[in-house]
Amino acid sequence: MDTFVQQLINGLVLGCMYALVALGYTMVYGIIGLINFAHGDVLMIGALVSYSVATALMESSPNLSGWLALAVALPVSMGACVGLNLLIERLAYRPLRSAPRLAPLITAMGVSLLLQALAMVIWLPSPKPYPQLIPDTVFDVWADGPVITLTQLLILGVTTAVLALLMALVLRTRLGRAMRATAENPQVAALMGVQPDRVIAATFAIGAALAALAGVMWAANYGTVQHTMGFLPGLKAFTAAVFGGIGNLAGAMVGGLLLGLIESMGAGYLGSWTGGVFGSNYVEIFAFAVLIAVLTLRPSGLLGERVADRA
Amino acid sequence: MTPLLEVRGAAKRFGGVQALGGVDLRIDRGEVHGLIGPNGAGKTTFFNVLTGLYPPDAGEFHLDGQPYRPGSVHEVTAAGIARTFQNIRLFAEMTALENVMVGRHVRTRCGVLAALTRNVAFRTEEAQIRERAQALLEHVGIGHLAPFKARTLSYGDQRRLEIARALATEPKLLALDEPAAGMNATEKRVLRQLIETIRADGCTVLLIEHDVKLVMGLCDRVTVLDYGLRIAHGTPQEVQRDPAVITAYLGAPPQEMTT
Amino acid sequence: MNVSSILSSSFAVRAGQRGHWMLLAGLALLLMLVPFGIVPFGEGWVRILALALLYVLLALGLNIVVGFAGLLDLGYVAFYAVGAYMTAWLSSPHLSEHLPAVMALWPNGLHVPIWLIVPLAAAVAALAGIVLGAPTLKLRGDYLAIVTLGFGEIIRVFMNNLEQPLNLTNGPRGISQIDPVRLGPLDFSQPLTLGSFSIPSVVLYYELFLLMGVGAILIGHRLEFSRIGRAWMAIREDEIAARAMGLNTRNLKLLAFAMGASFGGVAGALFGAFQGFVSPESFSLMESVMIVAMVVLGGIGHLPGVVLGALLLAALPEVLRYVAADLRVHTGGRLDAAILRQLLIALAMIGIMLWRPRGLWPSPERARAAPEEMTP
Repeated sequence: MDTFVQQLINGLVLGCMYALVALGYTMVYGIIGLINFAHGDVLMIGALVSYSVATALMESSPNLSGWLALAVALPVSMGACVGLNLLIERLAYRPLRSAPRLAPLITAMGVSLLLQALAMVIWLPSPKPYPQLIPDTVFDVWADGPVITLTQLLILGVTTAVLALLMALVLRTRLGRAMRATAENPQVAALMGVQPDRVIAATFAIGAALAALAGVMWAANYGTVQHTMGFLPGLKAFTAAVFGGIGNLAGAMVGGLLLGLIESMGAGYLGSWTGGVFGSNYVEIFAFAVLIAVLTLRPSGLLGERVADRA
Repeated sequence: MTPLLEVRGAAKRFGGVQALGGVDLRIDRGEVHGLIGPNGAGKTTFFNVLTGLYPPDAGEFHLDGQPYRPGSVHEVTAAGIARTFQNIRLFAEMTALENVMVGRHVRTRCGVLAALTRNVAFRTEEAQIRERAQALLEHVGIGHLAPFKARTLSYGDQRRLEIARALATEPKLLALDEPAAGMNATEKRVLRQLIETIRADGCTVLLIEHDVKLVMGLCDRVTVLDYGLRIAHGTPQEVQRDPAVITAYLGAPPQEMTT
Repeated sequence: MNVSSILSSSFAVRAGQRGHWMLLAGLALLLMLVPFGIVPFGEGWVRILALALLYVLLALGLNIVVGFAGLLDLGYVAFYAVGAYMTAWLSSPHLSEHLPAVMALWPNGLHVPIWLIVPLAAAVAALAGIVLGAPTLKLRGDYLAIVTLGFGEIIRVFMNNLEQPLNLTNGPRGISQIDPVRLGPLDFSQPLTLGSFSIPSVVLYYELFLLMGVGAILIGHRLEFSRIGRAWMAIREDEIAARAMGLNTRNLKLLAFAMGASFGGVAGALFGAFQGFVSPESFSLMESVMIVAMVVLGGIGHLPGVVLGALLLAALPEVLRYVAADLRVHTGGRLDAAILRQLLIALAMIGIMLWRPRGLWPSPERARAAPEEMTP
């Protein structure tokens, strides 16, 4: 039981981060039909920028409260990522809006490689320890049982708040309506006065902010940052988006949480289920196994629409 | 003589909509048969069911006396029904000649081994494919366009190319989905001549069309659909006078119309 | 007509245009002599060229899948790995050292000759191509890409972890002591002495890979201009229309996967024998991406372009390593050859898509716009 609850906690925390990144994927795919391969690397940039800011602050004033450093590092990294993503969209993706599907896909891969290479140049390739900004407090769920750290609690709380905010944005604001309209039918939305370029830019901006947030969470939770930290989580988050139903915000959230749980449970139990043959080091492929299963069995995802194919 | 195509009770439902509610259709050998009806009547659905794009919920299908199950699209083509598309679907980056050569695929056999060894069978077959394709292009009137990429052809020529490609599969039944869509009067005249030539060659044609004048002048017999059901069938003249047809198109029973 | 379209139309040649074939034969002969000119500068350079030729093989294989059939496979390196590990299993002491059953049957270790391993690797890779391709048949382009990427990663994880309960791959440590290529009395790991003239081992490998490369180009060409090639291209252009024309798209796609994969298997088998050592490191996602880049940047679907792309992207990192040797010191370790290579490949991918999306050397637009239709 202890393992179960522990894995449950770990899974939900992981799932929150996947959900935040998955939202970025699903929003961009819903609007322009592009799988933004580079999105996971935005997470990485967010983590690394916050690392630099936090480390600089902590070193210049050693008595500085970790909370304060975090309060500065987080918005800075979110801002940096938003700026970066807007730049990428403007320079690399916008010119290819009407190109055949292969072109933006290749470009996105190129952007991903570029971001990783730049990260290596700026921050050096070695993994770096993330400063302890949030106190190390650990809470026992019950005595001698599963534990949850303050960081993890914060991740759960912040994610919930952010998701609620996002839903409010999408459902209640003008921008949200414009985004949904553009996702449904860009031409008609344009006829109604929506400017697609602005809406798409806003989508990239929001996605970047969420990814940066996820990056900081990841860094705080796992303690290290490196230029390679974003790609694989990004890909898994995309899997989560497909799992939940691509283009569907609630689907991205549900998919993210579920994928986090699946990975966590797998990591915890795979060894005992297979008698030691397949250990937890096979967890990496869970996400892909889920992806293949979903696309083969239920391509529209869990919450996706069953669209009848009219020729 | 057995009819070329015999369909009984074709039915198809999409979610809440009964697109086809049990349609019967009979096409005789060598005729040009029109399928008409108001928008949403189920013509394209019937077409897609016939050619294997949608699996039918019910219905019996017989081609040339043999029952066939419109299971997969390529099997239907192999069995002898070739179709064109309402929104022309050509292989854009391939030349006109290559497009028609692909049409020959289903009636030819050389595989990877022959391609790699370039044996006699391969070279003979390739030459035949090429000649046949060129001949078909000439037959529909665009032989001079053979080396040009399909996407560079004019709309009317693209339509003719699509028909040539379908003919390359040696179909028993050529099914044309709104071939006159978007054409002006001159282009329609050329198309009509082409279809008459195809009929003269002995090929049977099924035609979905909205242009009533074209259908009445060209078709030997016509089937009318409305709301997924057959409401009339017969010669164009018979159908034109049928009160059910008039109601379907004009919405008013005949006695309310002043002559 | 410029040089590139002359060379390209050489490739589009039908039987009977002897002149063009002579040109290409001359080119091949020239390429055979190249290493002899380079050896004085260091055998390392010939080694780079030999590896570049293996990449040509890989790119040509992927071109069948991506270029002809239009299936974006991002996990192609898996087939390279299959070929390499086949050589490792069939011609090194690994299996007999770790599997008692094998030790019992072959106490001296397995030493299957390379001319048997290569076709076997091709066949096994083709099978793998069918197995990995089958689940992707109904997927659209983007999803196909991600799933194939996933398969590539799954294979890599297995390679890294198949040490227990049976040590099949030796995990991250890889398998070494793989036999070199031996054809009859000729042992490729030793220099070949002809009188007073000695051909270094690496040049022998180069010539072998050149031969395989030429073979691959020939196969690719013959496939392109055939009924099967046209069928693949029809699927690439419009799969629904292709089906309507009677093409069994499922089988054709599987065939494309299988043929493309077989090239990867052959390249992998040769790689294993050449290097004498295989490990999962050589089969990362970056490799798959690089091979895709070679095809797309070179000229997707166009054989000369693909060959050019492969040679450029394979040779580039090595040239960089030489040029950037000092760069590392000057920039405090921030900019070394590997990072520079990644930067340049990334910029190339973005740049080419923005400015020359059909690649550096695309198929010539030999079909100009059709003349305006004359109204009768």
